[in-house]
Amino acid sequence: MNNQEKELYLERYNERTHLFGRIGLLIGIILLISAPFAMGIVLDAMPDLSAFGKGLAQIAIIYIPSCIVEFLIYTPMLGAGGSYLAFITGNLINMKIPCALNARDIAGTEAGTTENEIVSTLSIAVSSLVTTVVIALGVFLIIPLRPVLESEVLQPAFNNVVPALFGAMAFKYFSRGKKLVAIPLIVMTVLFICVPSLISSVGFLMLLSGAITIAHSFILFRKEGKELEAKQSE
Amino acid sequence: MNILDQLSSTPLYLISGIIILFVAGMSIFFMVRAYRAGIAIGMDKVKLKRTITSSFTFSLLPSISILLGVIALSGTLGIPLPWLRLSVIGALHYETSVADIAAKSIGLSGLNVDEMTLQAFTTIALLMAVGIIWGVVCMALFGKSYSKKLQKSGPSKKGGRSFGDNAMTAMFIGLITAYTGSYIGQLIQIQDGALVVTGQYLQLVTFAFSAVAMAIFVYFAEKKKMAWLDNFSIAGSMLVGMTAAVICGIIF
Repeated sequence: MNNQEKELYLERYNERTHLFGRIGLLIGIILLISAPFAMGIVLDAMPDLSAFGKGLAQIAIIYIPSCIVEFLIYTPMLGAGGSYLAFITGNLINMKIPCALNARDIAGTEAGTTENEIVSTLSIAVSSLVTTVVIALGVFLIIPLRPVLESEVLQPAFNNVVPALFGAMAFKYFSRGKKLVAIPLIVMTVLFICVPSLISSVGFLMLLSGAITIAHSFILFRKEGKELEAKQSE
Repeated sequence: MNILDQLSSTPLYLISGIIILFVAGMSIFFMVRAYRAGIAIGMDKVKLKRTITSSFTFSLLPSISILLGVIALSGTLGIPLPWLRLSVIGALHYETSVADIAAKSIGLSGLNVDEMTLQAFTTIALLMAVGIIWGVVCMALFGKSYSKKLQKSGPSKKGGRSFGDNAMTAMFIGLITAYTGSYIGQLIQIQDGALVVTGQYLQLVTFAFSAVAMAIFVYFAEKKKMAWLDNFSIAGSMLVGMTAAVICGIIF
């Protein structure tokens, strides 16, 4: 495949990713919203729409902004194909994003490239399928598995899956961006020590630490760029 | 038939199963397309296979913890609804809190099986479905235009270098530092003007052991040229961290 053919192929691939992704998500949305009504028909108890309206007002205040922010931040990280899959399969922050970034590291692809888009889609698809299979197996084996998974001894392990994941990722990323770690870590630690009630809002506050780190990274990037230009002009 | 039996009846399993199968089918379709595209543009097959292996091992442990979420919710909502919510669209930390808010907003004292009625169940199911669907809606409506805008603006380049990659790394460092700060804040915090050690150290211990284990994995993968270890480094480090949590739980 020469370069022109490759470009044409990728253009078509991207267009179709959007087409299939949108169709898939629209069908998914319809199915997900229909499910409670279908369950209502089976159980002969349709949802109470006035109670639904009241409840939605409370939930929407919290989750609409957070979903929009997730869309704006995660789409560039995951690429188009990866994003279509990740948003419909869920568990983004505790699985899909770290999984895609880990796959990108292992494959050695760069953000914004087609290779990265492909690796990201592949990794999120595999990750979703693993979750689907594990949960399906768990659901069918729920009776024998329940005592093991709910045993008191193992609870500390299952209650700390996210810290275990972030610990592993922290070593990789902190050692890669040593200069970037100190400022957001100090800011966030002081903030949480002084205002512990904010700990439950860590999902929102990561936007603050993310903004600080990106701004710092951009300053370093520009500085290095200038140094490089100065060296080249010598 | 008690309420939990009704909420775990075969037709409800079928409804959840059909939707889960549809989304699994979508994942398989996108996976095959991406793999074929990778081969077509000349990407290394070994690289693609390593992506699949590492993503597989990476996802196993978090998936088991998601299964625990299904079990936790099944005590009040039966099995089919939590199975659906946590296989598709949902996230462990969202679903439990949304279900609780939904239950309270329709007049229950919380997610409580004694107060659960069939209508309360279907209303909670609808609230859970609509309450956190907005990311999918945004992606379906604006994903194409947003992606094209990102492609057009392209990675900002300085001296042939791209900032896009640095930005992703920086964003993820920001994310991890926020969580790390929260683990420290769980252990040490100011309460009523005094600095207090709460004794909630497990998150920090798990985090630290997992990080040390990753350092050892990286050492062997890079210095001892055992690159294959990369595929298992995250899952292995997580296991070490989680085992440390269990041991601390037994000892203290």
